[in-house]
Amino acid sequence: MDHLDALESQSVYILREAFNKLDPLGLLWSLGKDSNVMVWLCRKAFFGRVPFPALFCDTGKKFPEMYAFRDRYAREWGLDLTVEPCPPVEEMDPTLPPAARSSARKTYALKSLVQRLELKAVIAGIRRDEDATRAKERYFSPRGENAEWDVREQPPELWDQFKTDFAPGTHIRVHPLLHWTEVDVWRYIRREGIPVVDLYFAKGGKRYRSLGDQDITHPMTSNAATLDEIIAELEATRAPERAGRAMDHEAEDSFERLRVAGYM
Amino acid sequence: MAEAVAPLRIALAGHVDHGKSTLVGRLVYDTGSLPEGKLEAIRASSAKRGMPFEWAFLLDAFQAERDQGITIDTTQVWLKTAKRAYTLVDAPGHKEFLRNMVTGAAAADCALLVVDAKEGVREQSRRHAYLLGLLGLSQILVAVNKMDLVDYDQARFAEVARAIEAYLDSLGVAPRAVVPVSGREGDNVAARSAAMPWYHGPTLVEAIDGFRPPIPPVDQPLRFPVQDVYKFDERRILAGRVESGRLRRGDTLVFSPGGRKARVASIEAWPEDRRPDEAEAGRSIGITLDDPIFVERGQIGHLEGSGPVETNSLRARIVWLGRQPLVRGKRYKLKLATAEHQVEVQTIERVIDTADLASRPADAVSAGEIAEVVLRARATLVVDDAKILPRTGRFVLVDGFDVAGGGTVALDGHPRARREGIRSTNVKRVEGRIGLAERWQANGHKSGILWLTGLSGAGKSTLAVELEQHLFRKGWHVTVLDGDNIRHGLSADLGFAPEDRAENIRRVGEVAALIARSGMIVITAFISPYRADRDRVRRIAPDLFHEIHVAADLATCERRDPKGLYAKARAGQIPEFTGISAPYEAPEAPDLVVDTARNGLDACLGQLSAYVERSLGKVEESS
Repeated sequence: MDHLDALESQSVYILREAFNKLDPLGLLWSLGKDSNVMVWLCRKAFFGRVPFPALFCDTGKKFPEMYAFRDRYAREWGLDLTVEPCPPVEEMDPTLPPAARSSARKTYALKSLVQRLELKAVIAGIRRDEDATRAKERYFSPRGENAEWDVREQPPELWDQFKTDFAPGTHIRVHPLLHWTEVDVWRYIRREGIPVVDLYFAKGGKRYRSLGDQDITHPMTSNAATLDEIIAELEATRAPERAGRAMDHEAEDSFERLRVAGYM
Repeated sequence: MAEAVAPLRIALAGHVDHGKSTLVGRLVYDTGSLPEGKLEAIRASSAKRGMPFEWAFLLDAFQAERDQGITIDTTQVWLKTAKRAYTLVDAPGHKEFLRNMVTGAAAADCALLVVDAKEGVREQSRRHAYLLGLLGLSQILVAVNKMDLVDYDQARFAEVARAIEAYLDSLGVAPRAVVPVSGREGDNVAARSAAMPWYHGPTLVEAIDGFRPPIPPVDQPLRFPVQDVYKFDERRILAGRVESGRLRRGDTLVFSPGGRKARVASIEAWPEDRRPDEAEAGRSIGITLDDPIFVERGQIGHLEGSGPVETNSLRARIVWLGRQPLVRGKRYKLKLATAEHQVEVQTIERVIDTADLASRPADAVSAGEIAEVVLRARATLVVDDAKILPRTGRFVLVDGFDVAGGGTVALDGHPRARREGIRSTNVKRVEGRIGLAERWQANGHKSGILWLTGLSGAGKSTLAVELEQHLFRKGWHVTVLDGDNIRHGLSADLGFAPEDRAENIRRVGEVAALIARSGMIVITAFISPYRADRDRVRRIAPDLFHEIHVAADLATCERRDPKGLYAKARAGQIPEFTGISAPYEAPEAPDLVVDTARNGLDACLGQLSAYVERSLGKVEESS
């Protein structure tokens, strides 16, 4: 068994635990590379199916290529797609910096989805190597009534025994990709032939390394136009993956504040 | 194309303020593994708080951690040396956050224990070292940190090194190296220190590169805990992960508890053209069987003759992390592989003081303490010794909603441990002389256990005695095992707590099976309120067991109250009385239901004797 097999098996194990223990369950599908890998892993875990709804929080500001990708693969992969529009930015916490404020819209859409579908848990494709607060996450991460994350009281998690007993009103985030790194994700995409949005591949000396809203996501300088070139680039670089995501960098605590309030 | 290799996971451990986070920051920086822009970000965060450059901010990402200068939660950072990639799992040294230390360390392959050169070996140094062993980490490296604060003194290093080596030795662990370093100054981290010319051992990076990657348990006995059973289409797929050994298409699997067997018809996969012929330890798979036997989550599939141990009680070493102490006599949920069982803490054999490894008896185990306990379950636990097969030999305990402790199973010298293979050997030896079929032919009827279950007052004993007489008069070989009689002798030592009821039912089940195998019909009359207990009897003799629900609603039984017990229970004089203060779990699929509330005694007896005639009355001629 090689490294990618091991990563895949661990994620499949987590997805199956979530499916067995948490009902009803939803999968956040942001259309990015990680969430496409997640859909793929679900189909591996459940033998071709994704036996719960795929949730898309629509900011209305994604790239046109992303919407086209969504419509095509929701059909091809047989997803039960549920779209939730995000509330306007004016309704967000005014003390947040501008890009974080814009990102907070997704948190609100997610909360209303959870309420409307009465979801016990949501699967999200975050990884430890993306950000220092995500590095401290659990595979099964309990959230309070308002989706808030209590970083001081995280449950022990050992030997793949996850927290599966909860007080009423608790909501769970499940993170099956927590142990993957960015280059692992690309190597797996290459091995499995998983489709991704074209924006990841360089055109005119630029490419997107991480995809979000058009107005707060910036491309990086790159000539990596193929999977092999992207992987080679990532093996050499020391630049962080989310450098092009404005909301991470506005203030030291802006991303933690977003996440404590319920952001992915 | 570079090969994707799994990074080795190293847990950081040690007493609070011994400089773990700083040392990690230095390791990451000196090996060129720090992401771009991170150094500037740390500098800015340090300046904002009026501090000199603080390496710990690389790991201590939470505002609360930075503001208070302590690590609260475990985290991971990535490190690359010329030899290999690593994931460093930092863990808080503060006693209050031990649960986070355990979370971090349990995910690692090997460990780096950091000891302050000035302070020397302290409480958490010892506790962490002990825990690393309990968590199964055998490769340990020691860094004696802050050598700059003791003027790089060789004698002080030798003193601290001796102390920690002696302690590790008492745990049966030999560190791979003890390296004098300064995280703050970088001495002996990636580069050899000019300040310590007396030291000739490896640098910290060299020592880390000396760790060996773990060997997956591929050549161990097969363990396939069933995680779920899927019926998405016409296939019935048992999903699970091979925890050890190899599973091949065509293997005959035995599922414990229960011992049902079937062959692996296929190893399923998606896309479907990728169905493998075998799967090794670590792989999450799905299989189909050639025979539609009943299998459920929690059972463990294995090969005949190399199965796990089935037991009702086990001895374990635990680390307690709960808000409330672990208390003798209290019940907890035990989660081991995919199985979950209620267990009771039967004894706390000793609480271990990690300072000097002395032990003392105790009635409770507090958070952060390590203890040896005996746990007892109503259901059959299927376990391995953690020293041999850790993945099916370790468990967590859940208190209320919270994972409150972790433990490892120690089976040595455990009297109740029974091996599945040994059991079936003994049975065969007995049956070798006079076969059961021969006995049936001689008697003119088959034998079996007619297990009457139902509420007190439902009519079990009355029906049992009537049926016995009816069958005896027809010349049948029959006897009755009645609850009250058994409790006068065989089970005189047992009370009515759930685990005592479980043990009582187990004994009755074993005795009934022996009698039934001698060719007789055994009618038992026991409330036997718990499904798990009855299922266990069924497993003792699955081919002979008949579950008969003597059904009458609670109101009817209470009205009859032949022994005046309901009145006493209502008055609170009998604790744990079935139907009043303890549950009755009705059979889900009984072989027969006799409704004594709606039908009279004769009708019920008629129904019973018709059933016995139908299922036991005819013996096929042997050819």
